[in-house]
Amino acid sequence: MKMVITLFIRFFQIGLFSIGGGYAIIPLIQEQVVNNFGWLTLQEYTDIITISQMTPGPLVVNTASFVGIRIAGFFGAVAATVGSILSGFIISIFLYNFFKKHQNIESISNVLKALRSSSVGLIASAASTILLLAFFGDTTLNIQITHLNFAAVIVFMATLFLLRKYKLNPILIMVLSGIVGLFLY
Amino acid sequence: MNSKRLKRIFTLFRITFYISAFTFGGGYVVIPMMRKYFVEDLELITERELMDIAAIAQSSPGAIAVNTAVLVGYRIAGIWGAIISAIGTILPPILILSMISIFYKAFRDNSIISAILKGMEAGVAATIVDLIIDMMQSIVKEKNWLFTLMAPVTFIASFFFNVNVLVLIISCALLAIAQTYIKHMMRGAQ
Repeated sequence: MKMVITLFIRFFQIGLFSIGGGYAIIPLIQEQVVNNFGWLTLQEYTDIITISQMTPGPLVVNTASFVGIRIAGFFGAVAATVGSILSGFIISIFLYNFFKKHQNIESISNVLKALRSSSVGLIASAASTILLLAFFGDTTLNIQITHLNFAAVIVFMATLFLLRKYKLNPILIMVLSGIVGLFLY
Repeated sequence: MNSKRLKRIFTLFRITFYISAFTFGGGYVVIPMMRKYFVEDLELITERELMDIAAIAQSSPGAIAVNTAVLVGYRIAGIWGAIISAIGTILPPILILSMISIFYKAFRDNSIISAILKGMEAGVAATIVDLIIDMMQSIVKEKNWLFTLMAPVTFIASFFFNVNVLVLIISCALLAIAQTYIKHMMRGAQ
């Protein structure tokens, strides 16, 4: 029981500091889970990142579930996961109400517009990382043009065309591109 | 709780669970999926509301996929909607990871799964690029040069220079306040 509470508290802290998401939070979780508490070895943590990319769900949530179950069983997984999303739950609802309540104040409604613009930029940044991964198998910018995966480029272009033209369901896109991957790789 | 609200909450659980089970390649793909179900099919929220929700979800701590689901649930059915959406979103990862943790080494080294995922990467990228095009168009329509410029500048700062996300979000918010203030002063001077 004590372990379940500790998991909840630690993952609440990890969730609180993992703003922005994506690849930036990988070292942050590692610091806590591997270096500070020794809940996982570095190899196990690297495996989780691999598995997290193979299973649905955000990295924080997947890591929390995996660490939780290894340390304190199913309830450990639930405690760690709920802990990891709690700060986002509270703060996002608070911000939502704040912007809603003060939407007639010009400077506040302009801040929301600015956040909208910056979030488009950040989403574009995440999308570019995924594109690098799909096209070159690498997330860093020192790519080699000889590593370009033509099949991935064609799948990307074809999917984007279908989305723009026919507004296909994104889940259908995921299933189709997964099947294409099965035959290509 | 009346039956209409109960029905909405059940719909929320069903859709967030379904979306979460298909959230591969990072949380961002959740936004176009939410758009498909809640904006286009069910018409429970507008495109603009979803953009605001995505912006707030991005600016809050934690996973953007969870925050987006929570806010969509909150907008549609209040605090219970938020709680149900959160449960719907975290349940698939908890169940899947619980199963996988038993035989995770075999799973990790499975070549069929990695081939499927490799294929999905291109699909995920296309889905998000499609969303970015639409979002950018709606920002440009507002005809405010500062907000229009902010999106590409944030992109460059984040992708090429690895500037911290929090620094970017706060800078953009402060610039918006400064612009409003300067506009007011200029109006006052005229």
